[in-house]
Amino acid sequence: MLGTLQRLGRWGLGVFERLGRGHLFLLQTIGCLGVIVMRPRLVIRELHSVGVLSLLIIVVSGTFVGMVLAYQGYITLVRFGAAEALGTAVALSLVRELGPVVTALLFAGRAGSALTAEIGLMKATEQLSGMEMMAVNPMQRVIAPRFWAAFLSMPLLAAIFSAVGVMGGYFVGVGLLGVDGGSYWSQMQASVDFHEDVMNGIIKSVAFGFVAAWIALFEGYDAVPTSEGVSRATTRTVVHTALAVLALDFILTGLMFQ
Amino acid sequence: MVDTRGPAPETLRSRRPDDAKEPLINSVDHNRPLVEIRDLHFSRGSRKIFDGLNIVIPQGGITAIMGPSGTGKTTLLKLIGGQLRPDRGQVLVDGQDVQRLSRAELYRLRMRMGMLFQSGALLTDLSVFENVAFPLREHTRLPERMIRTLVLMKLEAVGLRGARDMMPAELSGGMARRVALARAIALDPVMIMYDEPLTGLDPITLGVIVTLVKRMNDALGVTSIIVSHDVAEIAAISDHIHLISGGKVVESGTPAELETTASEWSRQFMQGLPDGPVPFHYPADAYEQDLLGGA
Amino acid sequence: MTTRTIEILVGIFVALGLAALFMLAMKVSNLTEYSDEGGYTVSANFDNIGGLKVRAPVTMAGVRIGRVTGIQYDRERYQATVAMTIAPAYDYLPVDSHASIFTAGLLGEQYIAIEPGAEDETLRQGGRIEHTQSALVLEQIIGRVLVSLTTGGGNGNE
Repeated sequence: MLGTLQRLGRWGLGVFERLGRGHLFLLQTIGCLGVIVMRPRLVIRELHSVGVLSLLIIVVSGTFVGMVLAYQGYITLVRFGAAEALGTAVALSLVRELGPVVTALLFAGRAGSALTAEIGLMKATEQLSGMEMMAVNPMQRVIAPRFWAAFLSMPLLAAIFSAVGVMGGYFVGVGLLGVDGGSYWSQMQASVDFHEDVMNGIIKSVAFGFVAAWIALFEGYDAVPTSEGVSRATTRTVVHTALAVLALDFILTGLMFQ
Repeated sequence: MVDTRGPAPETLRSRRPDDAKEPLINSVDHNRPLVEIRDLHFSRGSRKIFDGLNIVIPQGGITAIMGPSGTGKTTLLKLIGGQLRPDRGQVLVDGQDVQRLSRAELYRLRMRMGMLFQSGALLTDLSVFENVAFPLREHTRLPERMIRTLVLMKLEAVGLRGARDMMPAELSGGMARRVALARAIALDPVMIMYDEPLTGLDPITLGVIVTLVKRMNDALGVTSIIVSHDVAEIAAISDHIHLISGGKVVESGTPAELETTASEWSRQFMQGLPDGPVPFHYPADAYEQDLLGGA
Repeated sequence: MTTRTIEILVGIFVALGLAALFMLAMKVSNLTEYSDEGGYTVSANFDNIGGLKVRAPVTMAGVRIGRVTGIQYDRERYQATVAMTIAPAYDYLPVDSHASIFTAGLLGEQYIAIEPGAEDETLRQGGRIEHTQSALVLEQIIGRVLVSLTTGGGNGNE
């Protein structure tokens, strides 16, 4: 009984300690973000590995999610004789929810895990330590550019996801199910509000980008420098990012709901 | 500023840190310590690694720090480089207390130190050329032509000018260490620290590295600190040896002095005897009793 | 991969992302019609606004000319006060215009339709539309239909 309590206590302390280290890491990272203005090229390199390489999975998933939304939405809407509102249904689901959230989940799997593994391995092979000894701050040289890249990529990827999703929905709704093409777009335009819907979606994806970058980089930086430690950290990145994104999505949606 | 006609060692050592920016060590002065470790205490978790360690490393020459595995030799280098903080005691490098320096001062000091990691610690996403150019690009604003010339000179010194376009993953262990050495001397440091430079090398590569370490030391006039347990090879090139065990310096001296030491422990270590003060057997119950006890 | 290729690919990526944002703003949502912030505001009182929401369209002859920008309850008149912003291009609404709340389709969004009056004087910033017609609340209509049906059916049986 006491043993269980002790273990529970130790676990709790461990969680708090990690949280504390995570926040310190974030503060340090934010302190280094400004350095990038002097060397934007570092970010471009990372934008390639974080953004460009995630593009394919985002485009493919976005298209298919949009097409499925069109099928499902059509079944429901046609019962009320409101098949013309298909464009609205697809666009609102994508722009408000699925775009930012699914992009963040895919991002965690594709780019977040890669970031964690890369930094964890740099730590395991003493590359970070080596930089320190060469009087180069790894927070500035390694962490800050990757943070920027992840943070900037997420809204762009989410926008691409939503845009190709809307086109996928058009393909299925108009091309296959025979919804009128003109009303697909016009109903969408009439009901989707730029500030209420599109902007809120962008705000969400910016927040998700911040959290995903933070978790992925911290897990890599904090990884136990062995191959097992790095693989555990990679798994944690994916799981924690997914949970954090879903929780944050709930909070943000609640705040934006009024 | 300091009197340039020939300052006494005492005045040099007591200089304020901001005066110590430019390298002092153009002429090697063997009496003046470059690194001084005073009463160093350090522990990892509950395990004590250093328990009152005192080492003085003079300028110039090769100083070897040896001891059994797990005595914290790598930790010692990290303490000298200011990557770890001791629990108690001081590490003075060129008269400056490493722990007291601000981040900027520490980085300025580190630019004058080179460190060779056991794994080489090359940046895996950069080519050999870019790895050697890395410290130059980070710390200087030299034109590209000049960087190219400098990098090729450093690579030539370690005999790997022809491998400049290879990626670190394509290098053998010995080559990686040589590239890392070229990178460590890129900024013309005052002192180079070697962390287990000979571990896991074949005899030929081992010979190459030993020769390189010696040649670098003599040609560049730097101070070399080698942490190792390859006794024979390192003893052959070093000027001073410190044996550490149990968190303390057990014995110091020139290689010749340690060869003929009276201490049994030192003799066991230096000659690699399997049994002696450090027993072959980990402490256990009597063998017979243990075997019979299971029945 | 050379630095040049990487930079070009990143350029394409950023351009694609910005293009997607542009499409979301212009083609998917109604940012194009959102330039009516510089218009003038008039108000109207309704007995019942039904499901009218802020940002609902204000139309004239079916053409969108503005937006509902505020809905408040008027304590003295026991009515809803609806503020709407009309685009500056439509600054010739006669003061005796008529505002009605209609529904687009059976279950669609509610909007305000304005029918022009006959006066020469036009509405200005802060003006008020006096003639209004409230929203048709579906439950009330169904209730009335049911009542008339049951009373009508009872008559037939007798």
